[in-house]
Amino acid sequence: MANTPDYSWPPMEKRKMIGQRFKRLDGPVKSTGRAKYSSDTRPKDILFGAYLTSPHAHARVTSIDTSEAEKIPGVKSVHVAAPAGTELQYQGWEVAAVAATTEEIAREATRRIKVDYEVLPHFVKDEDLASAGSRAKQGGERVVGDPDKAFQEAEAVCEGQYGIPVVYHSCLEPHGQIIQWRAGSEPNNAGDQIMVWPSTQNVPAYANDLGTRLKVPAANIKVKMDYIGGGFGSKFNPDAWAIVGAELSKKAGGRPVHLFLDRATEQMIAGNRPSAYSKIKVGGKKDGTITAFEAFTWGTGGFAAVNPAAQPYIMTKIPNVRETRTPVSTNTGTQRAWRAPGNQQASYLTCCAIEDFAHKVGLDPLEVFKTNAQYATADARVPLYRYQLDKAAELSEWKKLWKPRGKNGSGPVKRGLGIGWAAWGGMGHPSQCRTVINPDGGVSIEIGTQDLGTGTRTIITQVAAETLGLQMGQVKLVIGTNDLPPDGGSGGSTTVGGVSTSTRKSTVNALAKLFETVAPSLGAEPDQLEAVDGNIRVKGTPGKSMTWAAACRKLGTNKISEMGTFNGRDGGNLLTQGAGGVQIADVSVDTETGIVKMNRYVAVQDCGMVINPRLAESQVFGAIIMGIGTALLEERVIDGPTGRTLNPDMEWYKLAGIADVGNIIVHMDIRKENDDRGIIGLGEPPAIPICAAVGNAVANAIGVRVPTMPMTPDRVLAALEGRNA
Amino acid sequence: MGSKKDSELPAKPKTGFSRRGFLGGVGLGGGALGTGLLENEAIAAPAPAVAGPGAAPITLTLNGKPVKVTVEPRVTLVDALRNYLDMTGAKRVCDRGTCGACTVIMNGKTVYSCTVLAIDAQGKNIETIEGLATGNNMHPVSKAFVDNDAQQCGYCTPGFVMACKGFLDEHPNPTEADVNHGLGGNLCRCGTYMGIRKAVLQAAKEMKGGKNG
Repeated sequence: MANTPDYSWPPMEKRKMIGQRFKRLDGPVKSTGRAKYSSDTRPKDILFGAYLTSPHAHARVTSIDTSEAEKIPGVKSVHVAAPAGTELQYQGWEVAAVAATTEEIAREATRRIKVDYEVLPHFVKDEDLASAGSRAKQGGERVVGDPDKAFQEAEAVCEGQYGIPVVYHSCLEPHGQIIQWRAGSEPNNAGDQIMVWPSTQNVPAYANDLGTRLKVPAANIKVKMDYIGGGFGSKFNPDAWAIVGAELSKKAGGRPVHLFLDRATEQMIAGNRPSAYSKIKVGGKKDGTITAFEAFTWGTGGFAAVNPAAQPYIMTKIPNVRETRTPVSTNTGTQRAWRAPGNQQASYLTCCAIEDFAHKVGLDPLEVFKTNAQYATADARVPLYRYQLDKAAELSEWKKLWKPRGKNGSGPVKRGLGIGWAAWGGMGHPSQCRTVINPDGGVSIEIGTQDLGTGTRTIITQVAAETLGLQMGQVKLVIGTNDLPPDGGSGGSTTVGGVSTSTRKSTVNALAKLFETVAPSLGAEPDQLEAVDGNIRVKGTPGKSMTWAAACRKLGTNKISEMGTFNGRDGGNLLTQGAGGVQIADVSVDTETGIVKMNRYVAVQDCGMVINPRLAESQVFGAIIMGIGTALLEERVIDGPTGRTLNPDMEWYKLAGIADVGNIIVHMDIRKENDDRGIIGLGEPPAIPICAAVGNAVANAIGVRVPTMPMTPDRVLAALEGRNA
Repeated sequence: MGSKKDSELPAKPKTGFSRRGFLGGVGLGGGALGTGLLENEAIAAPAPAVAGPGAAPITLTLNGKPVKVTVEPRVTLVDALRNYLDMTGAKRVCDRGTCGACTVIMNGKTVYSCTVLAIDAQGKNIETIEGLATGNNMHPVSKAFVDNDAQQCGYCTPGFVMACKGFLDEHPNPTEADVNHGLGGNLCRCGTYMGIRKAVLQAAKEMKGGKNG
């Protein structure tokens, strides 16, 4: 094979596996309870760990005494994470941990650890920037064009303040791992062996990071994860508790230690989405064209400064812009990436301002969104957004149901519709895949990735089966360990593009080897062969063919093992980036109780070539349902005076339930022009605009803006009272 | 309508064990606490032998089979299953009777196994996800979850499947509104509710067909 093989996707009409609605391959093992998550793994001689964490939002450890804990029968090791002198910057900070023969003993032992704290002043509330004082550090002002002049010349100016609080990831499987550190006798830990079952979005990079921090060679670390109970951006690197778990294991003579966070600690320290509050001014023409945009935004991502969301969202080509962003340091758990970091906040803040501007100039917001789509970053997005706005309007019956504010009926329950939009990259990450074809016809695809529940197993298998002309059940897939060809972490919607590209290349390469072997038997050149429906045949001469099994027998004793590599740049037209998306919420608001009810929710989503529409739709459904939770229910609540987190649980921190989400319509924008672009990731884009759409729908329904998420009854009623006052 | 995990009006005395049902009973009907749950339990159970504080041998009836295990009295049923018996289908998520990931069926009622002490589960018929399949045949509820893609990460799925099974045992002909109400005691973070609604209705049809359930 002197020429570069043709890796391009088969044309849409010729695909047999790609584009089909296969059921997810790991469905049966999950729905029967047989799937073993890392937290379910029970290696021999397992010990259970438990954490002692800081009850204070800000304190210094003055003394710590673990002697009582160590005396409890069953306790095998104790590790102090915060020795005397350590300053703790938020509630839930890790102080010490215990490993014992049972979890009950470990928990009891943590309660016997005596810690004296010097309680220090704390700051935990970020809604009011004026109260933040020196904890707020404004960044530089970004100015585009001449915003002062543009506002002076504007035919209409609209001002508002909007906010979106900190929310918890609330992964159902808490963060943690089972880890076993067996010390060797060689110097510098060279003979140490570590086995770890983490709950992570990044199996391939886990060992290197862990090895660096524990000073154990990465080559001596084995990582295995079959299933993960949710990550959403919060589970990449080995966390502090991986290091602590490892220390506990080593001290306990190398027994494996199960250390997963309890729910309260999980909520407080293992992931949250930063807040964003913004004072926004929009200026423009009476025809709805925005000409000037000003935003002063602040928010907190925990103790370390984290810049809040950038604006204006999507409309990056507005000619006159002034923007400042102010991170606020608080004594709270550290933010982590959340499905499309910064985008939900930015989408919400900007879309609120667009909707309010539309109201100010007396226009239908659908038209105002379409007009201002002209400012989309890439020119190609302009017609895409306009198409999607029209499609979403059609599916939501916008023309029939949308009424201007204040005209939504005379009864106490008001119906309203609102728009949100999204943009995301979704380029695949570098990825390597190995395809093995055995003389007995068996095929294995080996790739060091992980399936977060997004359907990665299923789509890899579809791509492989497509290339090889086989059925799904004829391809065995191996993922989830760090000794496989390396893939990337599953974050930022990068997995599907990466694994599909490397799998396509690897299977094409392997098939080429098989063609070389069998070509003489078929009296043809290798490049004249094709693999279709379980046969290898000569193109255009279907009579000249042999079965897959017969072809593989020609390998004799030599199996084929071929790599496929995507280095991040050499994907050709297999993949690309840049997904849009428009969503419309249809809500009813009871103006007497303040309760917001979801009627219907419409999402129009493009993502290039879709490998499995069933799983793609599930991704979008899921993103919307998660978003509805954040729009109606979810908010971290911390008490200012005491600094205590009031809802680090699942009872007072509300996730959306099955009755809360209304009916959802997902329209995957599968058109040839989108398919031709290649694969784009889908995890993030549909998760972005829900707060925007719901917030705007509520404003449309009740006639006044409820400025701050979530749209709880108290906030709705307060906004209504403000109007009446 | 609704599963045993949801409070109902009027609050009729019931022998449910869940925290939500318990609180609902206390809050909604003053008599429920006195005449219902606790009293019925007291009548039904013989005077309890004192156990603990150390580990004590107990016998649980799991999927029709007696299983011996030695646990401290403070061990919850979900922890006994997961940490002592390697039955990890039920998941411990909130550990406070809110999310339903640990749902099992006890004497025909769905319960949150994080709110039941293992020693109190003795003598009860406990159905777990591990006992749901018949040989190699998936239970219609499990199958319906697969068919309708009612799962993503899957961590809530075993609890949801058991809650659906318990719900359908009591409501063989549910409407979608019944489903929304009856399964309100289970939470999913990936957002699989659209598939779950369809799955429950499919399973209802299949179970009435008498194929398995």
